[in-house]
Order: sequence, then C-alpha cells, then structure tokens
Amino acid sequence: MSHAPLTTNPIFGRLTFESLPFHEPILIVTFIGVVLGATAVLGAITYFKWWGMLWRDWFTSIDHKKIGIMYMVLGLIMFLRGFADALMMRAQQAIAFGDNAGYLPPEHYNQIFTAHGVIMIFFVAMPMVTGLMNYVVPLQIGARDVSFPFLNNFSFWMTASGAVLTMISLFIGEYARTGWLAFPPLSDITASPGVGVDYYIWGLQIAGIGTLLSGVNLIATILKMRAPGMRLMKMPVFTWTALATNVLIVASFPVLTAVLALLSLDRYVGTQFFTNTLGGNPMMYVNMIWIWGHPEVYILILPAFGVYSEVVSTFSGKRLFGYTSMVYATIVIAILAYLVWLHHFFTMGSGASVNSFFGITTMIISIPTGAKMFNWLFTMYRGRIRFEPPMMWALAFMLTFVIGGMSGVMLAVPPADFVLHNSLFLIAHFHNVIIGGVLFGMFAAINYWWPKAMGFTLNKTWGMRSFWLWVSGFYFAFMPLYVLGLMGVTRRMQHFNDPSLQIWFVIAAFGAVLIAGGIACMLIQFAVSIRDRKDNMDITGDPWNGRTLEWSTSSPPPDYNFAFTPVVHDSEAWWDMKRSGYERPREGFQDIHMPKNTAAGIILAGISVAFGFAMVWHIWWLAALGFVGMIVVAIGHTFNYDRDYHIPAREVVETEDARTSALAAQG
Amino acid sequence: MSNVAVRQLPVRPRTMTAFPFHHARGRLLASIAALGLMPLVSGCSAVVLSPSGDVAQQQRDLIIIATVLMLIIIVPVMVLTVLFARKYRAGSEASEAEYDPDWDHSTGLELLIWSAPLLIIICLGAVTWTSTHRLDPYRPIERLQPGRQIDKNVKPLDVQVVSLDWKWLFIYPEYGIATINEVAAPVDRPITFHLTSSSVMNAFYVPALAGMIYTMPSMETKLNAVINKPGDYEGFSANFSGDGFADMDFRFHGLTDADFDKWIATARQSGRKLDEAGYMKLAQPSEDEPVTLYSGVAPQLYDKVMNHCVAPGSICMRDMMAADAATAAGGEENGGATNMRGMNMQRPAEGPKANPAANATALLPLRGAGLVPPGRKQAPTMTAEASSSTPVADKL
Repeated sequence: MSHAPLTTNPIFGRLTFESLPFHEPILIVTFIGVVLGATAVLGAITYFKWWGMLWRDWFTSIDHKKIGIMYMVLGLIMFLRGFADALMMRAQQAIAFGDNAGYLPPEHYNQIFTAHGVIMIFFVAMPMVTGLMNYVVPLQIGARDVSFPFLNNFSFWMTASGAVLTMISLFIGEYARTGWLAFPPLSDITASPGVGVDYYIWGLQIAGIGTLLSGVNLIATILKMRAPGMRLMKMPVFTWTALATNVLIVASFPVLTAVLALLSLDRYVGTQFFTNTLGGNPMMYVNMIWIWGHPEVYILILPAFGVYSEVVSTFSGKRLFGYTSMVYATIVIAILAYLVWLHHFFTMGSGASVNSFFGITTMIISIPTGAKMFNWLFTMYRGRIRFEPPMMWALAFMLTFVIGGMSGVMLAVPPADFVLHNSLFLIAHFHNVIIGGVLFGMFAAINYWWPKAMGFTLNKTWGMRSFWLWVSGFYFAFMPLYVLGLMGVTRRMQHFNDPSLQIWFVIAAFGAVLIAGGIACMLIQFAVSIRDRKDNMDITGDPWNGRTLEWSTSSPPPDYNFAFTPVVHDSEAWWDMKRSGYERPREGFQDIHMPKNTAAGIILAGISVAFGFAMVWHIWWLAALGFVGMIVVAIGHTFNYDRDYHIPAREVVETEDARTSALAAQG
Repeated sequence: MSNVAVRQLPVRPRTMTAFPFHHARGRLLASIAALGLMPLVSGCSAVVLSPSGDVAQQQRDLIIIATVLMLIIIVPVMVLTVLFARKYRAGSEASEAEYDPDWDHSTGLELLIWSAPLLIIICLGAVTWTSTHRLDPYRPIERLQPGRQIDKNVKPLDVQVVSLDWKWLFIYPEYGIATINEVAAPVDRPITFHLTSSSVMNAFYVPALAGMIYTMPSMETKLNAVINKPGDYEGFSANFSGDGFADMDFRFHGLTDADFDKWIATARQSGRKLDEAGYMKLAQPSEDEPVTLYSGVAPQLYDKVMNHCVAPGSICMRDMMAADAATAAGGEENGGATNMRGMNMQRPAEGPKANPAANATALLPLRGAGLVPPGRKQAPTMTAEASSSTPVADKL
C-alpha cells in the first residue's frame, strides 16, 4: 500500500520551500537567535584560531576523558533546548484558560511537549550519564582508557548526530506531535503523514547506535580492564552501577531499535505491524517500547545512585555503609527493571491478574531502593559531614526522591493508577524521580568531578545559589502538578476550560522561572570558575579527600591516567593507599602504549546525519549515497593500521616530575 | 471541575469522617492520611479524593492506604536525613566525639533496612492483589455502596462508547438512542460501558465515577461502574490523541430515575437519526462539537465501527479474518484477497472516497494470517475481551 501523501521530487524528495517555517513568528525569532549565536561562536573559534585545536584535541580524540567531557557539553547544550521547551509549555498552560487560547496553537504545542520529552531523555540525561561513566569509570578502575577507544569516539558522534537531526527539525519541517513514545496508531502514516515522526525515528535510531556501542564498550572495559587486585566486589560502587546500567543498555536498546524499525516499515513500505487493520496490532508497539522504556529509567537512575554513594561517603569522611547490600540492591534493581514494563499501561485493558503481577513486581523494586536510601543514611551516621555543593545535591536528592518513590508506589497499585494514569500526578511523579534523582545526581557529579576534569574547583557561592534556586524551583514547579493530578487534570493539554485550575499552573510557571534562575546561576558558576581558575587550582588531585582511584592521579589526569597501574586491596582503594602511607613513585617510568586519534568517527556520524535527513525527506538518491558512504568509510577505516603510539618514558618522567615539584611547592 | 461537585463535597477538615471506611483501623488510617493531604487539597475540588461513584471511592481509598503504608518508611527516612545531617555536620560535637570512619557494617541494621520495606510491600502487595481483582474494570460491580447490595432485578445499563476525532459518541442499545459529548445514567444503577475507538487511542475518564479505561480502534474494552449521587460531572479523554485533544471533553450526568427517563424522552423527541452516512460524516476530525442527541441509531453501528465496516459495501474485519482463516486452513486460494478488495482501508480523516493505491495492494493474495490450530474450526474473534482475564476475576 503506497502511502506517500506528499508529492515527492526526484532531487529534493518531500522538501520544498514551504517546509521552512516562515509562517511561525516564534520559530523565526528562535532561528535568528540561533543564527546569531552560532555566528558568534564560530566567529570566536575562527578569531582565536581554535579550529585546529578542536579538531586535533577534541573532535578526533579517542581519549575517554575528552569524550566524556564532550558528552557532558552535548548534554548541557541540549538541556538548554529542552528547558526552553519546558518554559514554553509552562507559559502556555499558565495562560490558556477559557477564551484565551494562549500563544501556542495545538500543532505547535504538541511538537513542543514531544520534543521536550525526547530531548530530555535521549539527548540530555543519556549523554550526561554516558559522559560521566566514560570519564569516571576508567579512572576508578585504574585503566588508561576504555576497551575500544575508537568505538567510544564513534559512539559519541552518533549520539551527537541524533541530536543534530532532532535540532534540524526545529527549522526544516516539523517534529513529531505524538508524545515522546510515538504510540501508533497516532504515529502511523495515516494519522501522522508529515515528517515529524520520521525525524523522531531517525534521530533515535542514529543516537541508539551510539548508545548501544558505548554500552558494549563500557561492559568490556569494566570486566576486562580493572587494575590488579580489584575483584568485582572491590569495585567502587559507581563502577558497579555503571556496569549494571550498561548491561541494561545492551539488553534493552536493541528492542527500541527493532520497534522503531518496524514502525518505519509501516510508514515507508506499507507493512501492517502496528496499524488498525489487516492484522496490525498497536498493542505490540506499546509492549515493545515499554520493554525498552522501563529499563531506560533505571539506566538513568542507577549511575546517579552510584554518584550519591561516592558523594555521601566522601563528604561524610566515612566508608560507605553496607557496600555488599548496595551492590546486591543494584543488581536486583537491574533485574527487576525487566519485569515491570506493563505498569505503564494498566489502563489498556489487561486483566486483573496481569495487572496485579506487574503492580507487585513494581513495588518490589522499592525494597532494594529503600535499602540503598538507608545505606546512605547510615553512611552519614557518625560521620563528619562537609556541606559542599555535591553533598547538598545528595541531601536534596534524599529528601526529594523519597516523595517521588512514594508517588511511584501509589501509581503501581493498578486501581489507583486507573484514576492517576496520564494525569499531572504522573507528570509530577516522573519529574520528581528524574529531576530529584537523575538530574540532581548529575549536578552533584559535575560539582564533584569538575576539579578532576578541569584542574580547578567550581565556585561554591554560585553553586549554592544555583542549588537553592533549583531545589525551591523544583518544589514550586511540580508540587502543584501533584495537586492538579488529584483534581483529575490530565496531561498534554494545550488549553483548559476550568478557570479555577489556573492558579496552580501559575505557581508551576513561577517554579519554572526559579529553575531558570538556577540554570543561569550554574552557567555563571562555570564562567566565574573558569575566570578565577588561577585562584582555585587543584594541585593535589584530591580536593575532597576522596576515596577511589581517580583521586590518586593529578587533576586533570595526564593522557595516560596512571604512570603505573595501581594495585588494589580495598573497595575504597585510594583511601586505603593514603592510610597505609602510599608514596607516589618518582622513577622507573616506562614507555606507555596509547591509542591514536582518528577522524573516522566524526566522518561516519556526519554522513549518518545526511543519511537520516535524506530518509526523513524521502530524498532517495542522497539516502543511498549516504548508506554506501558509511559502509565505504567503515571498511576504509579497517585498513587504517596507524592506530597506536607510545608515550616515551622521557615524556612521562617530565610530566610526573612537573607534578612532583608542583606538589612540593604547595607543601 | 464541575461546580455541582464542588458544592456537594466541600473539602473541610470536619468532613474527614466522611471517608467511607468500615473498620476502626481504616478510619484511623484515613484520618491520618487526610491530615497529611489536607494542606494540599484544602479549598480546591480534588475530585479524585472526593468522587461520587463507589468504584472511584474505593480507588481513592487505595491511594490513601498506599500513602499511609509508604509514610511508615518515608517519614523516618526524611526525619533521620535531616537529623543526621545536622548532628554530624563537620565541627559539631557529635562529629568529633562519635566519628567512626571505618564503621560500615551492622548485620542487625542491614536486616532491619531490608525487612522493613519488605514487610510494607508484603502488606501493600496483598492489598494490590485483592483490590486489583475486586476493581477490575471488566468485572461486574458487586455493590452499590458500602453495605448497599444491588437489586437482582436491575439490569445493568449498557452504554457503547466510541471515541472519534475529537468527540465522544455514546450509544444506548437498550433505548435505541445515541448522543454526542453527553452521557447520562440513573443514580445507583450499575453501568457497563463497552468502549472502542474510530481511529486513534483515547482514554475514557470520568474522575467522579471510576478510573479510566483506554478506547482502542479494532479492540473493545469494558468498564463497570455506578454513580451514587446526582450531579453534572466532567468527563474527558485522558490519552493524547492529536490536535483537538484538549477540547475532547463531555458531560456525565448522574440522574434520578425520573430525570433519566425524561432525558431519554428528550433524545427520542429530537427526531435526528444517526445512520451510516451520518457516522462517516461524524468521523471526520472536528473540535468542540456541541452536545447532540439522536432518537435513533443505525443497527449494529458500534460493532461496525470496531470492525471498520461502517462504509456501505465494506467488509467487516471479523468476516475478513474468518475468511482468511478459512483460506489459510485450505479453503479457496484467493478468498482473503477477494475480501480485502471491498474493505475500507482508509482513516475517516481522508474521507470515504476510494483510494486506488489501497485497492491495488488489496489485490495481492494474503497468506498465513489468522491460522487456526489443527482441529479447530472457529474464526478468531476481534474483541479484546476474549483475551482479558475476566474469567479469572469471575472465579474469585
């Protein structure tokens, strides 16, 4: 059955002059802003002659530390886009009551909430979590890089490509108007004939390749590259959570790839997997996407749990309470993550026994999670707690996340879910756990590991301002949504008829403004810290009196991370080394074998953007060319034998001597 | 929220005892929970916490029970977090005197922190299992209200619900009438909704009456409920379904028997009939449709909507699947293809005109669909009901 509802041109496919949103004043203004901003950034790079440096030291770098930082930068940039969407939604819902239709028509508003969800999960939370694991895990296990350094660079650029394709949709064509999981039949070709769902599919497919490969890479790294003596039960807890998360990634992302591939077949060649007729079954899509979707939330939260474990233990100056039960709790959560997916659609007519089964498995997850919460609590007990920004984020998490956990268990009771499902109560719940859990964790991590990555600490004053604005903003923005949910208000509404609801939305919008202030303070914090970096240098490499191996090397670590591979005797290896009077080795350095930079990753990713764009717009010649191009470059790369080099011992000696004298100068 | 509901159920502290718990323990739990929730909802019409139908009230009770059970863990965690953070801050007396950097294990404590949440979840799990079966939307309701049994002579009111882009069609087979964006039911008479959708998924939700249930094209779901208080309640779609979603709401009237008869009579006097052509027109996307009452409705309309065969001359999916099954089981080679030719493959949004492309594909023989296991003759059915666990619920 041929679907193509728009005329296609052999050269430009579906792309016409009308695809550009000249009729949308909001988009025109945004576009001008983006063009001015981009010109300024590109101009500055050209003016300061940074292109060569960026290309050599960053874009083509296979150093896990630089890739980790690039992931974080990608996540932060996309976060600004996702948050702009959030502000627009809060503004619309605060004013669109009764006769006032607000400033966003439905077709625009629907794209915004879809883009907000997709961007925040796939292009903010995922890059941040992946970037953090990339940066920290090899350092924590005493490795010099990940198992497959080129693959790491390629993974990053594929994730970035997905983000680029998603951003292109803002100015060329449109984005999906289906909600962030694009359920058919709403996302099939009859109900959504435009390019929006195609942008959604190809953006996620391309980014999904990157996520999956990075999962494989980190599993191999953790299992095969640990320092001698670091048995599995001596791994730092963050590394444990990273292992669990990457196992979840490898086991669940193929399901997403498969379900999106089936949806594209429905849309492109007229198959009937998820259609209403001819044997198609949309329920199959709903099941499959949530079989990926539920593990996905644990993919995000587990590394954040790992961060809190590191932070609470470090800033309490104490060993982590209950290391073993922490590890088992992580594993149990990872396994149970696969047994709960149906709780996302209790209301779609499953029977009572099926619903109760999935409701109860969901509640069971709160047992290991509760155990973790108590473990952090007893790590603080009899400690010496320093209230640095990372610890503040951890405390805010402990107080906030339990509320989200409670509302989550309420939603897990199927009959209660019947009245709360799809309501703003649900929205409040998952923002409560994603912001209060994942995002607070990322902010704790940024404040915690920034000195390691950059060589200087972050400004505390601006960090605390950001913290207080964020936390209070969160409560103002989302507690009203809990109330509205109990008033039976449903989500994704572009307009309301009942004026008595308005006050709650105004409060929520006020909360969003406070959060905007928090974000501004965070950006100022970065800027001020970079400006004053000379005063806040971290010479010791161990600014927080840390406990794990990453704090044993310099800040920032040299390319090779560790001049000598450390030998581990304890799960808190660095703490153990410090206490047993560890002395930095000063001599006996040897050549260090390292992987070499390559441009193959960024080239492949660039071609994949062109391929994805061509598929979205049915520009078949370009799609074919892009596909062949990717295969040719990938095969060509296998003939590149110039993949490694040695850092000569003399250079290692210079680097280490410089550090010795810096440490001596500090006393 | 409806003003009527607000007036009937002012949420003030002294109405706490109005929570219909039967046991003293339940009342105590409810009071504690009400105290906790009161600051949140005082002065606003939190319909989910003060509904007017027995099913929704039991669902509300579950929210409160779950909250109270969770608070047993959550309150200590929050209090201890603040206490420990205060007491053991660096430089405090306790942090100097009690500092124990190597204390990282206590078997007793570990047992406690695993078993306390476990016990709570065992309680909640038991509540979940029983309540999920008792409040299964497919299961006929067993009482009108606490302590009020259903009169055996009363037949449940049968209402067929179709969600369209973007309005609601309600059909009353018992009375032969149909309505758009308005539905009514007599107070204290059990209602059985049969629900489907014309094009995309929606969710049928009247917060004052009972929890939501999805409406899905080509499938049927069911919802059993009862309204206990007369009133004019809000209903809407609770699942995003496209551009007209925000205004896809309707009124649900709980009426006394006399008023309900009057309402039926008004519909019968309207003189409008909803025939197949009228339905095809109605199925075109439109927003904010006014309330319309029809005195008559085409026979089997609901069934035809579910089987995508309202358009004259189109073949119902049920029949096609039966034919395909017969073909696959060794019947006439092109039986399935012949059937497909007449099928209305299009979404109503594109109008009833024939799509040549659809017909071209329809000529291809369809093989393998709907295989019947050896030794079985009957065709597969189309309803979600067939795969639901209603029998399980009935056994309990």
